[in-house]
Amino acid sequence: MSDRVLRLENVGKTFGRHRALADVSLSFLPGQVAAVLGPNGAGKSTLLALLSTLAQPSQGRLMLGDQDLSRHSPVRATIGYVGHEPGVYGDLSARQNLRLFASLYGIESAESRIDEMLARVGLAGVRREAAARTFSRGMLQRLALARALLHQPEILLFDEPGSALDPAGAAWLAGELQRECEAGRLVVLVTHDLAAAATVATHLVVLRRGRVARDETRSGFSADEVRAIYEEATRGKA
Amino acid sequence: MKRRRVARPSWISQAARIAWKDLHIEGRSREVVYTMGFLAALVVLVFSFAFISGQETTVGPDVVAGILWVAVLFSGTVALSRTFDRERESEAIRSLLLSPVPRSAIYVGKLVATAAIMLFVELLLVPLLAALFSAAIAPHALWLGLLLVQGTIGFCAVGVIFSAALLRARSRDALLGALLFPIVIPVLLAASRATATLLDPSVPDLDPAYFWTRFLAALDVVFVVVGLWSFEPVVMGE
Repeated sequence: MSDRVLRLENVGKTFGRHRALADVSLSFLPGQVAAVLGPNGAGKSTLLALLSTLAQPSQGRLMLGDQDLSRHSPVRATIGYVGHEPGVYGDLSARQNLRLFASLYGIESAESRIDEMLARVGLAGVRREAAARTFSRGMLQRLALARALLHQPEILLFDEPGSALDPAGAAWLAGELQRECEAGRLVVLVTHDLAAAATVATHLVVLRRGRVARDETRSGFSADEVRAIYEEATRGKA
Repeated sequence: MKRRRVARPSWISQAARIAWKDLHIEGRSREVVYTMGFLAALVVLVFSFAFISGQETTVGPDVVAGILWVAVLFSGTVALSRTFDRERESEAIRSLLLSPVPRSAIYVGKLVATAAIMLFVELLLVPLLAALFSAAIAPHALWLGLLLVQGTIGFCAVGVIFSAALLRARSRDALLGALLFPIVIPVLLAASRATATLLDPSVPDLDPAYFWTRFLAALDVVFVVVGLWSFEPVVMGE
């Protein structure tokens, strides 16, 4: 896995007259699980949109190593994304979905990689022709993770991935995050769930009104520490 | 972790893959083809009730050409309104935009798939029209086929852009027609004038048909180039 650092340098994003992010400077290291926390409207989703290249900063720049993280195609291949929605085609089966994305990413020996990913996320036993729309929410999130990992991205972005999962599914996902972190990937997790953040995070970013209110890196955080940091950083909001 | 080999696929293979995906899904559900076919047949039948009475079963070539292109217009709008529906469900559009596929390849893939579905319906529509209105299709069948391909490409080139622009609009079905119809008037004008000339056995001089066919080809080039240029800002919501 690459050892490139993801840096945001004085990044700002405005939508019309609304300033969603202002003067955000952060560094994310490979092998970290960075949890981005903050109240509604703090700019978490905007930050994720910028990191995923689906939005462009109004000011500043994002760098992956010495490469500008613009939305032009080669850099996009280094990013994997799992959101609230699974981001797959409901009319296609799990295998067909993965086959489609494998071909778009140009993955060689795609079938063996697809087998590997389906086995990893526990969907290898699913009926081959079953359309993804017939899957449960948990199965869809597993398929979404398989799609996001298919091309072995350097950066994995998660937007509230456990919001619709049952406790067993959420625990499984936390294990997968840990595994990706150990494989040397940078994982950025946007969540409201402070307990989930405490389980996996080694880097904590708290946003408030579009600015970085706290940015801390440790070997791990307890649930109490996460809560204390969050409450201190967001105190006096609104 | 061993990184899998990635061979960047060509622009054409990526566009073809997106078109194939849409056609594969449509081949499975046949949802759009059935709806379009039903609407196109209904339009032709309603006109046949209005124009055919008693012994008189022939109407002028101008009228037949008009009916053909009105049916193409309305049934094609159904296809265009569904062009990005599968991307909207489960946010598959995000996965597509995050993949290293050039936006222009997404545009062309969508254009090809939508045009192919429309042409399939037109293939059924033309014999129905010929049978009901005794239209002289055989003498210039290939030329008529070329006009249908050209008219469909011009219509889809604009329609795919509007369909992408309305991806997240609430009343997109109503808006699509209102936005699309004024822009495609030149396509319909050229296509229906050329068709009327070809269907008229009493016209010895086919120069007007040549003129409108060339005009339609020029419109296609302009619309496709504008589509390629504008798709990225439109689909990214910029």
